[in-house]
Amino acid sequence: MNFSPAKWRRHFPLLAAHHELHYLDNAATGQTCAAALNAATAFDTQSRANVLRGTYRLAEQADAAYENARRQAAAYLNAAGSEEVVFTAGTTASINLVAHAFGEGLHAGDEVVLSLAEHHSNFVPWQMLRERRGVVLRLLPLTADGRIDLSRLGETLTPRCKLAAVTHASNVTGAVTGLAPIVAAARAVGARVLIDGAQAVQHGPVDVAALGADFYAFSGHKAFGPTGVGVLWGRGEALAALPPFLGGGGMIGRVTVEETTYAPPPRRFEAGTPPIAQAIGLGAALDWLRAQPWADMNAHTARLAQRLIDGLAVLRGLTFLGPRDLKERLPIVSFNLEGIHPHDACQVLDEYGVAVRGGHHCAQPLMDFFGVQGAVRASIAPYNDDADIDALLAGLQDAVRKLK
Amino acid sequence: MNSPDLYQQALLDLARAAHGAGTLPSPDGSVLRDSPLCGDRVRLQVALEAGRITAIAHDVKGCLLCRAAASLVGLHGTGLNATEADALRGQVAATLAGSEPPPGWPELALFAPVRPHRNRHGCVLLPFEALAAALDSHSRA
Repeated sequence: MNFSPAKWRRHFPLLAAHHELHYLDNAATGQTCAAALNAATAFDTQSRANVLRGTYRLAEQADAAYENARRQAAAYLNAAGSEEVVFTAGTTASINLVAHAFGEGLHAGDEVVLSLAEHHSNFVPWQMLRERRGVVLRLLPLTADGRIDLSRLGETLTPRCKLAAVTHASNVTGAVTGLAPIVAAARAVGARVLIDGAQAVQHGPVDVAALGADFYAFSGHKAFGPTGVGVLWGRGEALAALPPFLGGGGMIGRVTVEETTYAPPPRRFEAGTPPIAQAIGLGAALDWLRAQPWADMNAHTARLAQRLIDGLAVLRGLTFLGPRDLKERLPIVSFNLEGIHPHDACQVLDEYGVAVRGGHHCAQPLMDFFGVQGAVRASIAPYNDDADIDALLAGLQDAVRKLK
Repeated sequence: MNSPDLYQQALLDLARAAHGAGTLPSPDGSVLRDSPLCGDRVRLQVALEAGRITAIAHDVKGCLLCRAAASLVGLHGTGLNATEADALRGQVAATLAGSEPPPGWPELALFAPVRPHRNRHGCVLLPFEALAAALDSHSRA
């Protein structure tokens, strides 16, 4: 295996400075890599200016750095071109952009297909669209272990469907969605497809061309980049067909008292000053990530997930949310211990230096499906190691002693 | 960073005692309160006479802190009116910020170790907010 988690950890200043920290909340946010920090700092200290406005040399340097970040993001996604990359504030902003812009063309009775496994960020914007436009939301059901039940695709995605918006992978169960049948079914009825990639991008480069979708949304902070920035990738013709969402500077063609014309994508969707330093940091993070040995890294995180699953399975009263195997599943493990609330478990784990998340994980419909209020979630990144898993298991045994 | 005293025995005992757990046959005020952060849920009912609580019942789906706080409400809440319940909510928040517990509620000191954990304050406050809201729901009815 050509990968050392200890060496990888050195690329993350916070982790390098805190050896005692067992950070297992990577599905909430990843730690920021040095490449991102250095690039953002270099921009702020050497070429900071607003973008797409100035004619002086400093502004031209800022333009070049910003557009280079767009190219880096496009390369990570295997996009046809950088003009297909829109910088946003994150996954939530990206999905809201589509819900508003694409939603403008929808009418009462048009259908949007989601799944029961969606994060609130891919649920609430569509419910809000339903309130505005009268569209009908249809939900792909789940199998007992929390995977999207593709056997019900035909009855859910009908000719009235205009858009299917589904997660690439669940932030609770880690289950990877079988996207190909969904994309094919949507194509067959002329519907668009949006993929929520918030959990997927930090596990290796994405090939949007191969996925065949129309839109792909993700956040920088989950991909070891800065907070406050994300990406909406849109197929060229799909983006071009959308009206703008937010209005303001930077997104216009020409403004007169009577009317405004709009810039072509991606600028049409980047009203106002964008998160320039953050986008440059994200571009650097993605560029660095693209060169990593992902096969070895994903084998490493899968082994850790298996170690965790095996260690948890022997605890009395433990139930898993989601698949028990690691097939088509990210290294995200959610569980409950009978009689112990997730927040209480997380609080005790904190005493062991273990950072995990407890709660509903912004997926309350999925929690309802499992019949629980919340769960403890451990989410693994390549910089994690056996010691992180073992600290979690030791802390849980103490939680059982203290709280049961 | 550590919280060694958070789950002290007296707090565990208070939660397990679950004073006031259950339902009332014909409540005068009833509310359902959710914590948006963690999904915890408190259903709280009150029976009133001349504007003061004569009986309290609650059903808590929540963590130990929330359950202990609800138990405390069940233990000492009888006799409060709407104004006092509203004031109590503020006093509990002040206690979590470092003030001494209000008179008649000495067990609130058990929550002192929660002070540095601001995201857990809501777990303690939820039953007290529900109590104030239950009385408010009656006064508006």
